[in-house]
Amino acid sequence: MAIVERPVTPALARGGPSTPALVTPSSALGVFRRPVSSTGWRSWVFTVDHKKIGIMYGVVAFSFFIVGGVEALMIRLQLAMPNGKILSANAYNQMFTMHATTMIFLFVMPTAAAFSNYLVPLQIGARDVAFPRLNAFGFWCFLFGGVFLNTAWFLGGASDTGWFAYAPNTSVAFSPSHGVDFWALGLLITGIASLSGAINLIVTVLNMRAPGMSLMKMPIFTWMVLVVQFLLLFAIPVITVALFLLIFQRDFGAAFFSVDKGADPLLWQHLFWIFGHPEVYILVLPSFGIVSEVLPVFSRKPLFGYKFVVFAGAAIGFLGWGVWAHHMFASGLGPVSVAVFSVATMAIALPTGVKIVNWTMTLWGGKLRFTTAMMFAIGLILEFTIGGLSGVLHSVSPSDTQQTDTYFVVAHLHYVLFGGAVFGLFAGFYYWWPKVFGKMLSERLGKWNFWLMVLGMNMTFGPMHILGLQGQPRRMQIWTNARAGDGFFNGAFWNLVATIGSFILALGIFMFILNVFRTTRKGAAAPGDPWDARSLEWMTTSPPQEHNFDTIPHVHALDDFFHRKYEEDEETGEITQVSNYEEIMHELHDKADKQFHMPSPSYWPVVLALGLPIIAYGVIFNRLLAVFGAAIVMFAIFGWSLEPSVADESDYEPPSDDESTKELATIG
Amino acid sequence: MADIAIPESTDLIPLDDAVTPAAADAHGHGDHADTGHGDSGHADSGAHATSTGLSNNKLAMWMFLGSECLLFGGLISTYMLYRGRHAGSPSPSQLYNLPLTSVSSFVLLMSSLTMVLAVSAAQRGDDRNTSTWLTVTALLGATFVGAQVFEFTEFYHEGLGFTTNLFGSSFYTLTGFHGVHVTVGIIMLMALVGIINRSKVPGNKAEVVEMIGLYWHFVDIVWIVIFTLVYLIPS
Amino acid sequence: MSTEHVVVTETGGSHDAVARDADHAEHEHGMTDKGYVVIAAILAAFTAAEVSLTYMHLPGWIFMTTLLTIMAIKFAMVVSYFMHLKFDNKIFTALFYSGLFLAIFVYSAALTTFHFFSPG
Repeated sequence: MAIVERPVTPALARGGPSTPALVTPSSALGVFRRPVSSTGWRSWVFTVDHKKIGIMYGVVAFSFFIVGGVEALMIRLQLAMPNGKILSANAYNQMFTMHATTMIFLFVMPTAAAFSNYLVPLQIGARDVAFPRLNAFGFWCFLFGGVFLNTAWFLGGASDTGWFAYAPNTSVAFSPSHGVDFWALGLLITGIASLSGAINLIVTVLNMRAPGMSLMKMPIFTWMVLVVQFLLLFAIPVITVALFLLIFQRDFGAAFFSVDKGADPLLWQHLFWIFGHPEVYILVLPSFGIVSEVLPVFSRKPLFGYKFVVFAGAAIGFLGWGVWAHHMFASGLGPVSVAVFSVATMAIALPTGVKIVNWTMTLWGGKLRFTTAMMFAIGLILEFTIGGLSGVLHSVSPSDTQQTDTYFVVAHLHYVLFGGAVFGLFAGFYYWWPKVFGKMLSERLGKWNFWLMVLGMNMTFGPMHILGLQGQPRRMQIWTNARAGDGFFNGAFWNLVATIGSFILALGIFMFILNVFRTTRKGAAAPGDPWDARSLEWMTTSPPQEHNFDTIPHVHALDDFFHRKYEEDEETGEITQVSNYEEIMHELHDKADKQFHMPSPSYWPVVLALGLPIIAYGVIFNRLLAVFGAAIVMFAIFGWSLEPSVADESDYEPPSDDESTKELATIG
Repeated sequence: MADIAIPESTDLIPLDDAVTPAAADAHGHGDHADTGHGDSGHADSGAHATSTGLSNNKLAMWMFLGSECLLFGGLISTYMLYRGRHAGSPSPSQLYNLPLTSVSSFVLLMSSLTMVLAVSAAQRGDDRNTSTWLTVTALLGATFVGAQVFEFTEFYHEGLGFTTNLFGSSFYTLTGFHGVHVTVGIIMLMALVGIINRSKVPGNKAEVVEMIGLYWHFVDIVWIVIFTLVYLIPS
Repeated sequence: MSTEHVVVTETGGSHDAVARDADHAEHEHGMTDKGYVVIAAILAAFTAAEVSLTYMHLPGWIFMTTLLTIMAIKFAMVVSYFMHLKFDNKIFTALFYSGLFLAIFVYSAALTTFHFFSPG
């Protein structure tokens, strides 16, 4: 049996059975002992375990999903009837701004981060990420940044400029509350989370693969995560520049985007969309990765054209940098620029189409099992294709000019982001839930969840195509019967349908929450490999042990776990089972490493992250507070720098040569 | 405050975060019976031999610097766009004190030399020379920042404030961001000297010096670009 | 560099990508302290040349081309020698220069839409 050694507590050090003289817990700055808890709240707050961090990302992100969902329902209620009175114009502006900001930055991105953090080390056969404390720091930045953003509601009102915050709407004259400041500073803080996470995950994927796992043997989800992290790595600094310029304009008197001072408001648009378009792929590629894992498992076939899917993903990531100005066709860029970006945008449909074809070919001739995860994956193919097609319409600049700032765009982006990104994430929830929590989500409730969401999303966003082509402007707080039109294209009818749809959608998501609660309370325990899956993360216990693998597996093939279970006859192509989960696990267990040190928990990531929102409040309200926050940050950086990532040798019990080694007692 | 977002949070962190090979090796992985791979990554918590054979810290640092290119690129572009919009203040060519800036550019360039000598000394395990060269580097960096403060004060007295016009805002933002990067570098250098003198460097000392060196040289090459594009090319 | 460095060269040497470097036995990344001083002297000379160029009244395009070329050379020299990129694994080069060229590409394209490079 492998022992995971834990740093011993002072109590153990003094009174324990081990040699007391050898055990002196290491400390940072000469004062602070490392945290050692492995149970209770401390084990979560100070953890550096990628799995715990992944779960925390997921829980917090889902909470923000509910917040963003409530905001969406308020918007739809306001628009359900003519002359809506639910929200004032001001509240309505804040509502749609925060709905988009929350869903993009606080739900989809962090949920993708949850999956990446949890699964990438498992999929590549590692015991943790390359920089465990940096990983924890990223999570706390996201949490504190997200909470900071939302405190704006209680401190004078949230941002009301739309999620892409065009000038001059962001100037103090048009948005006098502190909302935009909260928005900009909050996104800077969550940006730190994304950037540190990106660096961490790229190093992890490049450097920590199990022996034998070449890049082209990596699971496809890990591949897509790698592409996404590169996009984040290079896109985050661009939005950072834009946000700094905005903060300097609003809080320090500069005029970077003020036309009356001679500025070019298009500068913001460029900086925002140079970030913003890669961001679209940052949102959707993780879901593509999830679906590319789910479809082969439930089709009992390998992914069709693995290499093409990988290269298509990389191509999307690459081309994603050359198309940003298609968001600005209506801004008067000039015919040459519009033509260039128009063609580049059409080109990006090609690799996306390659993926759709590959998924379809994976299904073709497979032994399909319609589990909830599989249904969400197929749902993604269909709904995303609809969104992709309306996207192609936008690449044609004359048609785009017609549709800019209408509900047609709202329809398109929700088909892409909800039908694409969110469906993929739900497929991931159902697929990996048994691995992460050791319990099976109910398939019956899952089907309700799926069908209500499909019905709800098409009822909500489908009619928006019609509304948009009829000319209903985006971000319009109110509509009147006088302009609703009549017959099939009656805006009043379709607005009501959309609102009813949004509540059906919400009901579908409620089914998921209900499912989670029921499963947690009385769900069936999950077997280790319930879906007969293909990749390494399934070659662990459910939930995985703290150290993931008893011994690091040696990888010989793509879908290594599958190839350990099944052998293919080279002539007939017939697949025969040669082993099963239990046997493989037993084998790994017998070869278990005797000793290894897992990264030790640390106080510093959470302390460092806590300093950042304090600085941000300081910038808005009182510069002295900012100095205080900066002091915390400096202090934490020094503590962090002086603390080794793995506790000193002297923090551990001395290794025993005894074969009957024992699992150390949990220290609370 | 200006620069909390990028350097302070990420520069210092990677220095020691990855499990250092020395530490991991010390535990003797008795049970890896079938290693067999030159590049085997028995990624125990942090890998004592990584899949690529490259150091985690160094990969992270290079990626961070690649990312910083887009940060400074954005600031430089903003300046380029707005440099001609100087209503209400002297124009750039009237304002810039080329001899002073040339000298301070030279000082920063030479600090790259002393930095690389520090790295070289650290790789020989020569603590005394490492500390000396790091201190000299920090002093040269401080001279550069001092010259920048002097320059800013001069400009301010000649009528260019941060909010005077777009040229002023974008000039101070660009050079200020760079100055903050240099300052962060100086703090890291001085902290490193202190830690080396107390022999408390967590992890691989030579690598820590090398990482801070990479950051320092990056700040220098950004200035090479700024010096040419901002100061030498008239608007 | 101590242990780490040994790991890098040993395992690196077994990779074809860096096999070439292993032949150098990697003495201080192929550079001596004296070599660094020479590089610094060249950099200083280039800087002096840049500054003196601004005092000559050359035709605009010659001036710009020369100045930008010298800037690029200085940049590349610091990166290649002081930052060791010339002697290090190509992955580092790829990571850094992809960021650099991406920055040049997107920002030049953005400035082009502002007619920044158009004459007049």
